[in-house]
Amino acid sequence: MKIAHHVDHSTLMSFAAGSLPEALGAVVATHISVCSQCRGELRALECVGSAILGSLPPASMKKIAPSVPDAGGSIRIDEGDHVLAAIERSGDVPAPLSRFVGSDLSGVRWKRLGLGVWHHPIELSHASRGDLRLLKISPGQVMPEHGHGGTELTMVLAGSYQDECGVFGIGDVADLDDQVHKPVADRNTGCICLIASEQKARFKGTFARLFQPLTGM
Amino acid sequence: MPDLLQQVAIHRDVDAFRQLYQAYAPRVKSYMIRQGADANTAEELAQETLLTVWRKAALYSGEKGSATTWIFTIARNLRIDRLRREVPWQELPEGHNETASSDILPDEVVSEAERRGRVQLAMSTLPEDQLEVVNLSYIDGLSHSEIAEKLDLPLGTVKSRMRLAYQKIREAVEDLK
Repeated sequence: MKIAHHVDHSTLMSFAAGSLPEALGAVVATHISVCSQCRGELRALECVGSAILGSLPPASMKKIAPSVPDAGGSIRIDEGDHVLAAIERSGDVPAPLSRFVGSDLSGVRWKRLGLGVWHHPIELSHASRGDLRLLKISPGQVMPEHGHGGTELTMVLAGSYQDECGVFGIGDVADLDDQVHKPVADRNTGCICLIASEQKARFKGTFARLFQPLTGM
Repeated sequence: MPDLLQQVAIHRDVDAFRQLYQAYAPRVKSYMIRQGADANTAEELAQETLLTVWRKAALYSGEKGSATTWIFTIARNLRIDRLRREVPWQELPEGHNETASSDILPDEVVSEAERRGRVQLAMSTLPEDQLEVVNLSYIDGLSHSEIAEKLDLPLGTVKSRMRLAYQKIREAVEDLK
């Protein structure tokens, strides 16, 4: 996969640190699963985590060491996760996301949001305040110019779109905070993307700004 | 430390596991406390981290990377799951190996321990303001927005400080790739 637009290093750092809000983490994980360059950067950034962990002052432990099962036994490999991953990788939805939306984009249940725009919200943990959803935009559909209240991550899963930053194809990520942009879905293929925002309210704001002229929402 | 991990993986060596535990569990506990866990919860999570190492050691060969990076990623994901009660989207390194083994070069893996040494060195030379945002992210578990709020800075400033820090760290390990 030829990827032209990657996740910002500050976003990757937060992801590696385990501090990125869940919704944004979903987009980064999905991008990482198809982008070997960002996967390499992530490994370097996890190495930063291990350096930091190693430099923390040790806390005193009550227990010397817990007893362990199967001591001295033979090697046992828990294959469960890998088998599951292999099954999930069959469709056009990248593996991390397929747990939540199925393995094929054609199987997604879309809800109409407005003229030429459909969405499919993805449920996050109760503790998370963010917003995560799939968005499907008809060929040639022009979005009203809009900005972002907080960090917003968009990854293209099918088709493409174009804005002031360039053309975004499958696997590409737009990592935006306060830039204003005006995306247009490809006139032949349209566009399906995964879009995340760290704040629910802000995302609704964005949505309202996006679709008010179309739907009176 | 990778040798200890190999001992655990191949021979299920309890002494090697104890050594790993003594080296890392107290630091993982400290890490959990920084995220807001009380001492008991932090100790439980530290134990669970190391027990995961014991359970899954066979999946993770020491040749593929450093034991500390693996322990860090296990602890990080537990922290997201138990303390933040969110879904950790980050895969553990064995997941990477499963899907990406073709882009790991032998030279790269051998240098993992050296890489960490270089990272530590590079971090010790970071300006205070850059080190601060890196530590708030990794140790205190704060998001970019939370760091911006805590330090009373624009979000963009937090991100650019992180980018600068990463650039310096990356330069320090560049020639190891």
